[in-house]
Amino acid sequence: MSVDFFYPEYEIVRDQNRCISCRVCERQCANCVHAFDEASGKMYADDSKCVNCHRCVSLCPTRALKIVKSGNTFKTNSNWTNDYMKEIYRQANSGGVLLSSMGNPADFPVYWDKILINASQVTNPSIDPLREPMETRTFLGKKPAKIERDCDGNIITKMEPNLELALPVLFGGMSYGAISYNAHASLAQAAKSCGTFYNTGEGGLHKDFYQYGTNTIVQVASGRFGVYKDYLNAGAAIEIKIGQGAKPGIGGHLPGLKIVGDISQTRMIPQGTDAISPAPHHDIYSIEDLHQLVYSLKEATDYQKPIIVKIAAVHNVAAIASGVARSGADIIAIDGFRGGTGAAPTRIRDNVGIPIELALASVDQRLRDEGIRGNISVICGGSIRNSTDVVKAIALGADAVYIATAALLAMGCHLCRSCHTGNCNWGIATQKPELVKRLNPEIATQRLINLLNAWEHEITEIMGGMGINSIEALRGNRLMLRGIGLTEKELEILGIKHAGE
Amino acid sequence: MQKEGQIRIPAGCAISSIFSRSGKRIDGSKIVKSIEIMHDRSNGLGGGFAGYGIYPEYKNAYAFHVFYETPEAKNACEDFLDHHFDIINLSKIPIRKNPRITNEPLIWRYFVNPFPTKLADSQLDEQEYVFRSVVRVNDQMPGAYIFSCGKNMGVFKACGYPEDVGDFYRLEEYEGYSWTAHGRYPTNTPGWWGGAHPFGLLDKTIVHNGEISSYDANRRFIEMYGYRCNLLTDTEVITYIVDYLVRKQGLTLTEMANVIAAPFWSTISRKPQAEKERLTFLRNAFSSLLITGPFSILLGFEGGLLALNDRLKLRSMVVGEKDDMVYIASEESAIRVVEPYVEKVWSPRGGEPVIVTLDKSVNV
Repeated sequence: MSVDFFYPEYEIVRDQNRCISCRVCERQCANCVHAFDEASGKMYADDSKCVNCHRCVSLCPTRALKIVKSGNTFKTNSNWTNDYMKEIYRQANSGGVLLSSMGNPADFPVYWDKILINASQVTNPSIDPLREPMETRTFLGKKPAKIERDCDGNIITKMEPNLELALPVLFGGMSYGAISYNAHASLAQAAKSCGTFYNTGEGGLHKDFYQYGTNTIVQVASGRFGVYKDYLNAGAAIEIKIGQGAKPGIGGHLPGLKIVGDISQTRMIPQGTDAISPAPHHDIYSIEDLHQLVYSLKEATDYQKPIIVKIAAVHNVAAIASGVARSGADIIAIDGFRGGTGAAPTRIRDNVGIPIELALASVDQRLRDEGIRGNISVICGGSIRNSTDVVKAIALGADAVYIATAALLAMGCHLCRSCHTGNCNWGIATQKPELVKRLNPEIATQRLINLLNAWEHEITEIMGGMGINSIEALRGNRLMLRGIGLTEKELEILGIKHAGE
Repeated sequence: MQKEGQIRIPAGCAISSIFSRSGKRIDGSKIVKSIEIMHDRSNGLGGGFAGYGIYPEYKNAYAFHVFYETPEAKNACEDFLDHHFDIINLSKIPIRKNPRITNEPLIWRYFVNPFPTKLADSQLDEQEYVFRSVVRVNDQMPGAYIFSCGKNMGVFKACGYPEDVGDFYRLEEYEGYSWTAHGRYPTNTPGWWGGAHPFGLLDKTIVHNGEISSYDANRRFIEMYGYRCNLLTDTEVITYIVDYLVRKQGLTLTEMANVIAAPFWSTISRKPQAEKERLTFLRNAFSSLLITGPFSILLGFEGGLLALNDRLKLRSMVVGEKDDMVYIASEESAIRVVEPYVEKVWSPRGGEPVIVTLDKSVNV
């Protein structure tokens, strides 16, 4: 056997007693794992091609299939793990950069899971969301520093443009190209139905989706793909993407094989060319340049749209956020190191950036220390996995959260982390028409709506338990949180007490 | 045990107030009688009063009431006051020994005015100058605590049942057109005098019954504007919010109430367009100052009194009127005990401010 051979990490277990050789698995697998042997009349599987996406498992009518860890291992070594060894073999063979998809899966602390939420007992009544109004409406954007009145003494109510959300959850940026037309259509429709926003990512906006403009955030990234005046004016807000949690410091990558048809047209680049965004914006080499881009975009849209600046959570994120807050931007989005991606260099994804919980806590505190928290709203993402993550993020200081991986899961993604291959069997991270059509936008839209509705129920229930009946009273309310199993330093950065204190 | 400021202590309470629209001067025994009937709503760990119009002879000077834990603290504070204020008069606040009021600190009163040159140098208006000076003492001088600092008004508070506190401070010797009172039921406190209520800032005093669930959201926002929530109590943060919105942002009392006990969005949506825009603006612009959780508050200020319940009305509060007198209390009994023939009695709705002021012709 060659040194480059890897025994498959997962193996497909087929119960031959249940298998009826209907060949659904064979038809459904874009990786060609399953095959029918005419001679024996049996199905066989090539485990080595399997990405563990569970498409075949989910669609097998007799539940004959399951996927398990194969258990094959090199000699156990805590330092030279199986993964590190395999990566050496792979790079020794190809000389290339290792690529991965979706968020950092490594065993770093997840602070969300080390934070507990408060509830009322005796001294303060909990509020029952089934019987009392419970409010989750959120505005994102600048707040006025000073009240002004007209000559009759009435308050002048005109203020800087704000986004109004029914629930403080938005769909994070995922480009058309990285994900499919049907996935974009579903996100757009769900955002409209739920009174929130989806984000185009850096791939431009397909003509068909201009109709959802009032629920769309259009992104301007370093590659400027698909950016022109109509695009800027199509959305409700514009996001300048400086960085992404999965790959801070580098630009987006979309392989040429995904740049086909409408995608090439929407991105305004030739078919089949790799869309490699520059690492920095070449018109932003410093904070004063950001100020100029913010105001260029405001000029282009007649000061009608809030400007979001999205940055990756890196070591000095608090100081950067302070700079962004003074740049004229209306909203800052911070993306943690667990944030997803359609393709990123593995080494960067797994080693660069910091957890969103720590980044969010220090940004919120820094902006307050400088007295400028009112100048800017804060969105955090990467990764928000459930309604309690949302509650904890808001209590730490976020105005709202971005969810993207969770939205993909709602549509059917099984987190096999193979988006960069373009063979998504669920029709999400692919541009192959036969795969894209597997994602029914009507069903996916409804599933996204269901997810947000379910989270809203849970969020209001938890708020009611704390005796809070409007989400703004939760924002930055860190006394409602306690850490468990955290060090003094971690508690200090999070700005929370330990459980029992 | 940690005292107020080192730990956050929730408290239930009784509140009461008496107000004469015609500026009639009422002696302090009446408010003591009113709060006494609600004895069971307190637990002896804090009581206090605020009286307005009680210092007519010094009505143009700021009256500072100060607790000192040690003579050194007194020296340090007086040194500071000497440098920043013209001290017109100073004395101990007269007290009467009461067996149930013990461990009293040194309690002093100063009538002061800012030095005009210092004030001009600071480029601040007079109130902001006084406010910052008080914050400086309370924040930076251990053992010294200025608990009252308005003109022609004063706060009297201690650790004990309110009726004993009234006796201790000889309140029957003071006369004012407006009185508020507070009996405290903290769930856990060593009984620090500074932690009793009312909480005062310039001419505004607040007594409050409730435990607000928005506390830390409110605190972390208001601390951006020069306030320091040293006591970690709801009353303190509510006072700062009111000061910020009314004095610094110039909101009217009704607008302030629309911020801290904002109408629900569903209510706002049913309002006429201009009103809808105004209420939406206030909720959005000051969203971090929305107060949730149960509260009933009485805000005393120069020439007036405001009463407000949380928007769900999770705390009882009753208003009664007779002739020029207005009575507001946690329970109707506290009104009837001092005015058996009270004429109009009603419970204000949640979030609906009740504002009473001196008649226009009155000069106190």
